[in-house]
Amino acid sequence: MSVVAIEAQAPPPAGQSAPTLARACGVSGGYGGEPAIEGLDFALPAGARVGLLGPNGGGKTTLFRALLGELPALSGELEVHARCGVVPQTERSRLDYPVSALDVALMGTLSVLPWWRRPGRAQRRAAHAALERVGLGPQARRTFGELSGGQRQRVLIARALVQDARLLLLDEPFAGLDEPSSALLEGLLAELAAEGRGLLISTHEVDQARRWDLVLCLNRAQVAFGAPADVLSREVLERTYGAHVVELPGGGRGVMPAHHGCDEHEPGHEHAGPDHVHP
Amino acid sequence: MIDWIADPLSDPILRRAALEIVLLGVTGGLLGCWIVFYELAYGAESLAHALFPGLVAAALLGLPLLLGGAAGILAAALAVAIAGRVPGVGRDSAVAVVVTTLLGAGALLALSQSTPPGLGELLFGDVLGVSDGDLALAGGLALAVVVALRLLHGRLLAVGFDRSSARALGASPALADAALAILLAAAILVAVQGLGNLLVVSILVGPAATARLLADRMPAMMAVAVAVAVVAGLGGLLASYHADTAAGASIALATVALWALAWLARALRVRRPALPSSAT
Repeated sequence: MSVVAIEAQAPPPAGQSAPTLARACGVSGGYGGEPAIEGLDFALPAGARVGLLGPNGGGKTTLFRALLGELPALSGELEVHARCGVVPQTERSRLDYPVSALDVALMGTLSVLPWWRRPGRAQRRAAHAALERVGLGPQARRTFGELSGGQRQRVLIARALVQDARLLLLDEPFAGLDEPSSALLEGLLAELAAEGRGLLISTHEVDQARRWDLVLCLNRAQVAFGAPADVLSREVLERTYGAHVVELPGGGRGVMPAHHGCDEHEPGHEHAGPDHVHP
Repeated sequence: MIDWIADPLSDPILRRAALEIVLLGVTGGLLGCWIVFYELAYGAESLAHALFPGLVAAALLGLPLLLGGAAGILAAALAVAIAGRVPGVGRDSAVAVVVTTLLGAGALLALSQSTPPGLGELLFGDVLGVSDGDLALAGGLALAVVVALRLLHGRLLAVGFDRSSARALGASPALADAALAILLAAAILVAVQGLGNLLVVSILVGPAATARLLADRMPAMMAVAVAVAVVAGLGGLLASYHADTAAGASIALATVALWALAWLARALRVRRPALPSSAT
């Protein structure tokens, strides 16, 4: 597999269909030995929110790393036509760290500036604008670790905007957020997609992914890719989670994991805990 | 009070010692802030102890201490790497075993009957005996650390914040670690001659640990750490002059005293109700 990175691409003329930001053709990749993910065949268009579903250890983090060009790959072709920005889970970062929200947003300028340059006035303006964009203008000077979980998540999105990323890779951004924070974040992601950015969002909330444009189901191999209405059948969900989907009283659906504490590893850690579907 | 400070400083030996301490304080304060957040304090202490036999050997052979120290650090790093690969021995245990062995071997050499006297100074330092060469070296080191940390600031900040996503931002964790390790080794090599093998860590970790209690932004923390290092260093030096105590040990105790004061100040501040935020 070869990763083709084509950074600058002119925006398409109005009226044309959305350009593809990343495309995988028969990609498998891993860290030597058995591939960690295989059979990837998808195209991520600009302006789409793509839900990434799968069990822990199902290859979601591996896919992110492949899109970032960090994964030694085995076969197939993966083209990435846009700059990727990562929005990690906020628990990965040090919350006792002496940085403000603005400092964190400014980290997005590292990949833009030559290595000896420090962020100047233009970069600070861009960072302030990005924080405004995610609704955190007034919190720019607050210490990152003192912000709420939802606010921290949006600071990390602002950082990706400062990077000028057109394809955002979000790692379970809704994990641990309360209802109002989730709603705020959901609205922000819709706006970013409307701007023409592509969003790949890993999540455990199947019903949430139903409201997005596309879903990619991953369980060490690609199970399905397409519009949620076409793809999210009971059979696909069962193959995705290697488990039985049960109807919950009250109309919701839950996924019963077939095996806990199994031998699925991948570098980087994902949340432990049951996958679930809210009613 | 003025006499308490001015009297000793009329002595050229004390003035040189003060200059050395200021230079090492700038180095240790700045570098220490990263040592604290990269959790390198144990590594720093180990490096300082492990280079001891190198220092003793150089002193016995009449070679420059810097050369012996550098060889000592290389040998220690190699020994740790090898010991860490022995199955069933964790990395921390490997470091502890190697460092204890090397420090013990160095002490055996330094304190044996046939060794010329004065090598005990290698353990506790002799800041009053710094030469012009030592001062020039400390000045060069301080300058190099200031320049390197300024250039690397953004990358060090991003890697320390979140190692797993730093690479996607354009900051390589391996490069940040390597740069810090080199700066740390250089700082220990130079500082160990003034402050001694056992106390060098006090200037590399103590001021930054104190600053962390008081500052909530990296640049402010660095400024506070340098101030703490210089104040504790000069205060300890003057106290040692008046009380006729060992300079290095007095400086180390002064550093710890400032840390305790900062801890107390913070504890009192936290107990009071939070002040209304002006940041909105």
